[in-house]
Amino acid sequence: MMHRRRDLLGILHRRGVDGIIPLTVVGKKHERIEVVMVHTFALHDLKLALDVESGALHILDDAAFTAVSLLAAGKSKQEAADELKAEYGAQTAAQVLAEIAAAESQDLLFSEPRQVDLTTDGAVKALCLHLAHDCNLRCKYCFAGTGNYGGVRGLMPSGVAKAAVDFLLAAGESRRHMEIDFFGGEPLLNFTVLKETVAYGRQRAEAQGKNFKFTVTTNAYNVPEEVRDYLNREEISIVLSLDGRMEVHDRMRVTAAGRGSWDVVLQNCKKIVAGRGGDNYYLRGTYTRHNLDFCRDVEEMVGHGFRLLSLEPAVLSPAAEEALQEEDLPVIFAEYEKLAALLWEWEEAGRKVYFFHFELDLHRGPCAKKRLLGCGAGSSYLAVTPDGKLYPCHQFAGEAEFCVGNVTDGITAPEIRQRFTAVDSAAKEECAACFARYYCGGGCHAAAWYQNHDLAKPYALGCKLHRKRVECGLYLQAKRMLAKTGR
Amino acid sequence: MEKRHIITVNPDAAQAFSLHTGCGECPTSCQSACKTSCTVANQVCIKEQKA
Repeated sequence: MMHRRRDLLGILHRRGVDGIIPLTVVGKKHERIEVVMVHTFALHDLKLALDVESGALHILDDAAFTAVSLLAAGKSKQEAADELKAEYGAQTAAQVLAEIAAAESQDLLFSEPRQVDLTTDGAVKALCLHLAHDCNLRCKYCFAGTGNYGGVRGLMPSGVAKAAVDFLLAAGESRRHMEIDFFGGEPLLNFTVLKETVAYGRQRAEAQGKNFKFTVTTNAYNVPEEVRDYLNREEISIVLSLDGRMEVHDRMRVTAAGRGSWDVVLQNCKKIVAGRGGDNYYLRGTYTRHNLDFCRDVEEMVGHGFRLLSLEPAVLSPAAEEALQEEDLPVIFAEYEKLAALLWEWEEAGRKVYFFHFELDLHRGPCAKKRLLGCGAGSSYLAVTPDGKLYPCHQFAGEAEFCVGNVTDGITAPEIRQRFTAVDSAAKEECAACFARYYCGGGCHAAAWYQNHDLAKPYALGCKLHRKRVECGLYLQAKRMLAKTGR
Repeated sequence: MEKRHIITVNPDAAQAFSLHTGCGECPTSCQSACKTSCTVANQVCIKEQKA
């Protein structure tokens, strides 16, 4: 990683929620840390530079890579020029430095820290509705304690779900686009309430000139034809859990009787995806220490015809047998790089596969504010448990100290929300020092809490994985650009 | 075409970062496929999507 020391006093990240926090200038506390402004890296056949503040991505030849790396490391232009001349000759050195100067003048290289107003109006626009704190599987890595979140197994009553819709429409302020994700446990155990919620939500939203996007996250173990048809007909987005190869999936994802679920789940996933024309779904897997060769799981998924994929690292207690460890990182990094090459190979052959974490959009992606505010957990996004209680996200469900209110009374503990809104990526020292700060939104709050017991301290291993995934995503963007322009 | 030492993949980068700043209508990243591994940069700005 290349970086140069910068004074961050110029960064003005203003924040405020519900008017509780006055607009303030922050960033001063970061003035002694090294802030990454340009990140250079080599991946497969390409040498690349990411200008962090502008988001510009550059493909470099050897001489330019040397020059940008030197400058990014804090060398002066004269020092860089001298080294370039010695290695590549005076003419090349002059050309390279002229191109760097041109990019700088367009704010595409070594661009200055941007000013981002992080003030929000406190609106809630997305809910994770825990339709079931119960599950028909007993997955060994489940963060929800095999579906019951460490509590009583049960389903969300219809009245609670409808009250959640009402809460969201009110808390969404002026937002037009609202989201509800049906989650669990296994949400399809409560299919009747799911249907009622969709009908009620659409009716109420239409009356207010708003619209809902519904998503269901299911283990796909029991999805009868009637349910599949409904989900497809109603255009409900779906996240299907399949870990790839049978032996990988069945090691973790077992029934209450301890039997593997792969064969049943695979068939159901195929039927669901076929029924929606191969669109509006993600096949989502989890990898653990037991399958660090996860490219083979992606190949398995693709081999069965799936094209929209996600494969997530398991986030577990470090003591867990399946938990990823620091010593695994070289293997995981190599696997991600292999996956990037594989995806490009498929794409070139006309069989594009969308891998969720590599699909960066450099042209129409989110604005800087969204990038710094992150996933919105605890602020624009809340989870609702079957008893109607509100939590910052699904991973905090059932944690009494994080209960922010309930769907009937609304937000009753704004101070808890404030803890979450205060820890966007602009507020974290680790993020200021990270080239990927505009790509992850500061990381997962739950991972920070459960790994470090500190919402402001990102989960370090997760950050390292994320940075590698960003590099792979940028690599694919560069390959596409080169192919498109015939270079 | 003259060989260049630097090819910029997204010359529109700075503009893309700044469009529709903070309208708050974009998807919530945790409503997407991840649920455990937060990502925002693979989201598409909802206004740009419609444009």
